[in-house]
Amino acid sequence: MCVSCGCGGGHSHDHEHIDSSKIIDVEKDILHQNNLLAERNRGYFDAKEILCLNLVSSPGSGKTSLLEKTLTDLKDTIPFAVIEGDQQTTNDADRIHATGTKVTQINTGKGCHLDAHMVYHALQGLKPVSESILFIENVGNLVCPAMFDLGEKYRVVVMSVTEGDDKPLKYPDMFYSSHLCVINKIDLLPYVPFSIEKAKENARRVNPNLEIIEVSSLTGEGMHQWYDWLKVKQQQTAEV
Amino acid sequence: MHELSIAMGIVEIADKEALKAGVSKFNGIELVIGELSGVELASFDFAWQQAIKGTVLDASKLEIIRPPGMGKCLDCGCEFPMQQIYDICPSCHSYFKDITSGKELRVKSLLLD
Repeated sequence: MCVSCGCGGGHSHDHEHIDSSKIIDVEKDILHQNNLLAERNRGYFDAKEILCLNLVSSPGSGKTSLLEKTLTDLKDTIPFAVIEGDQQTTNDADRIHATGTKVTQINTGKGCHLDAHMVYHALQGLKPVSESILFIENVGNLVCPAMFDLGEKYRVVVMSVTEGDDKPLKYPDMFYSSHLCVINKIDLLPYVPFSIEKAKENARRVNPNLEIIEVSSLTGEGMHQWYDWLKVKQQQTAEV
Repeated sequence: MHELSIAMGIVEIADKEALKAGVSKFNGIELVIGELSGVELASFDFAWQQAIKGTVLDASKLEIIRPPGMGKCLDCGCEFPMQQIYDICPSCHSYFKDITSGKELRVKSLLLD
């Protein structure tokens, strides 16, 4: 039977007749393999009651500084582990290590994002403890990491006031797929033409369910809100 | 350039199907890549040429179906075409919507010799 028109052949058409026996119906998600591994990671986190967060942002928004401050302030109350993703160097892992936190560095080489497979292997070495919070600091890039589920419970997008307040509209996929937006470096607000209100409006336009927290990881302003968010989510993870 | 990862993911799927079907190459492949899927077709074409070299998809005819972006407003139920994922309901201006079409990203079929 022809798959284009369903006829049995024997007459002419303007399309080529293709025998259905020659077609393999695949109907498979292109990211299927990544998604399978992400679910496997997610199962591991669920079993160990680990709250896994995927931190994404453009380069230089202050993800590592936010983590350094968080780990330093909370490490006596919550067990943490960190997976660092960068194209090159162990600089970020060294900074995290200096806070006394367990950390693994993934170098993606030419790769522009982490995928579930890389995280799966990083976990084998890292072995985060039960009821901990695992931060995965993704490669600084607001485009590519949006498509790759790592098995995280929540995706946290970090933007800083030195970037444009239209960032959510320029990189909508990332803001659309995130649960929380942390606006960092608010201590610089008096010096930059950045409107917090516009930024929040743009972010909510892309994703009306997005939670937003404003912080300065340098001065500590607003950090208590971020810590409260972490504690609530950790508690919820342990209760499920 | 996540398009290269996407292209390599497709080759992986085709490899498995080739093994199942007991063939060493395919004549064609049909993909469904929605207009809101986050894949740039120009980048994808470039990555595709590199990714299929020496694989079961080398020289296979590539066909891409592009479902358009469509949303359904969660407040008033209005259905509307979307160019961007942040497009708002044209009728009641709500930000809340379901994207009903355009996020597709899958291998539809493979064509044997």
